[in-house]
Amino acid sequence: MNQPYDLVRARPEPEFEISVDGAPVPVIPGQTIGAALHGAGIRSWRTTRIGARPRGLFCGIGVCFDCLVTVNGSPSLRACLTEARPGDRVSTGARAGQVGPGGRAGDGDGTDGGKTVNGR
Amino acid sequence: MKPLYDLAVIGAGPAGVAGALTASFAGLDVVLIDAAPRPGGQYFRHLPQGFNAQAPGALHHGLDGFTRQWETLRARADVLLGHKVWAVERAEGTVTVRCLEGDREERPRTVTARGLLIATGAHDRPLPFPGWDLPGVLTAGGAQALLKGNLVVAGRKVVVAGTGPFLLPVAAGLAEAGADVRGVYEANGRLGLARHPLLAAGKAGEALGYGASLARHRVPYRGRHAVIAAHGEGALTHVTVARLDSAWRPVSTRTVECDTLAYGYGFVPQLELPVQLGCATRADADGSPVVTVDGGLRTSVPGVYAAGESTGVGGAVLAEVEGRIAGRSAAADLGRRVPPLPRLSRRRDRLAAFAKALLEAYPVRPGWQGWLRDDTLVCRCEEVPLSAVREAQDLGAIDARSVKLLARPGMGWCQGRMCGYAVACLAGEDPAAPRRPIAQPIRLGDLAAPTRSPLEG
Repeated sequence: MNQPYDLVRARPEPEFEISVDGAPVPVIPGQTIGAALHGAGIRSWRTTRIGARPRGLFCGIGVCFDCLVTVNGSPSLRACLTEARPGDRVSTGARAGQVGPGGRAGDGDGTDGGKTVNGR
Repeated sequence: MKPLYDLAVIGAGPAGVAGALTASFAGLDVVLIDAAPRPGGQYFRHLPQGFNAQAPGALHHGLDGFTRQWETLRARADVLLGHKVWAVERAEGTVTVRCLEGDREERPRTVTARGLLIATGAHDRPLPFPGWDLPGVLTAGGAQALLKGNLVVAGRKVVVAGTGPFLLPVAAGLAEAGADVRGVYEANGRLGLARHPLLAAGKAGEALGYGASLARHRVPYRGRHAVIAAHGEGALTHVTVARLDSAWRPVSTRTVECDTLAYGYGFVPQLELPVQLGCATRADADGSPVVTVDGGLRTSVPGVYAAGESTGVGGAVLAEVEGRIAGRSAAADLGRRVPPLPRLSRRRDRLAAFAKALLEAYPVRPGWQGWLRDDTLVCRCEEVPLSAVREAQDLGAIDARSVKLLARPGMGWCQGRMCGYAVACLAGEDPAAPRRPIAQPIRLGDLAAPTRSPLEG
């Protein structure tokens, strides 16, 4: 779909690729990982820890933490805020969004061994 | 970078940029801080350089004016983009702003200033309903961010729903960008503000523009309608649209096919930082907590100012005016000569009256609670269904706080930012000001480490 590009008369730089579970996804320099995935038709990239429900973008501006993703082994990054870099390896199979070693935000009650904290 | 600024401004949207620029013109040493890699906040969200957009203003109303202010500011003040503020403290007349720099390899940074202007904006206020956590259901602001910040159209067949005038630019933007917008469903009356005097005075042109765009793309705009359920296996395939009575109880329903729903029921001002500092808050016209300010946008804490959505949701034009007033107050309070400008205050009063009228014309009515089923998630993070909230209430939870303690809504990743309003409504109270001593997630190692100022780079 070219329409948004025509609308702002964009002359985008050449795309680069990131890999999502091994499959290539094109990115315009500056796009977030979440936008690249959503734009490629990938609507969910993690499952919740209780109901195994699929989740992808919801708030899209870094507030809801639904779009958490693992990039190059770093877990719990907000895909909607994380600008893609050439060669990024995004993995969705793991139940991302859970706190583990090197994890980022904490589950609210802090009882699951997370190494990080989140305000309440 | 300086060890001590006169004024730190948090937020590079219309309020923050206008405030920083005004304070700088009045002679203050200013630093502006924002979490995003580019300026603009949510409203003037900028495209990345990589698009080489020749006409970026096509996606924004009033972008040129903002851009001029931004370019001027950059030449006069220090600007720290990509800096997420996780805490602010104030002691002995100095404000300490604690940030994390970078979107992956975060580094702690500390900025100190004599005064602080908080212009942290707002995020969408979603209501829960059956299926709201299906992939393909987005907030209206999220769909807007995909388009304005990434040139990604949120979907092919899109339904826009919720309440408030913000639905119009979202729907028009999607239609212009090539989406098949199947309908805009406004839960309140469609013409809530048509007779308001201020509509004629300025906003009419903008509203008519969106209306014309929707008409051109043959997008139906229905009042007293809402999406009350979303359906699909693993992803959205269709929604249930209901015609509503005046209390938002469904009168009749039908099904609309779509792969994307963009929805929102107003906005939640982001108040973590003013609450951390102890700034007094009040209930706005819609019951939402906002920062209490005087006519000069001073909060109850000396040297701390607030502008834009944090003082009451009112849009970009009001935010800019408030930013200018706050910047002038900050300069005056530090002894700079700032001649009075009553015109600016009158303008703020008019725009604020309009914002109040908007909140009153597009309220959230209680009937939405009837859209929920026992198994509908109220809290997405902790996956708390309505039945668990009701169970907590049966066990004696009489307010939102005790519901949270018993059933855990609001205790997960987002810390109640998405469900806090709904949980308060279900508990029968107005939402309380958020108490989050840490405004952004931070690694324990960073929390424990001594922090550096940008000066020490």
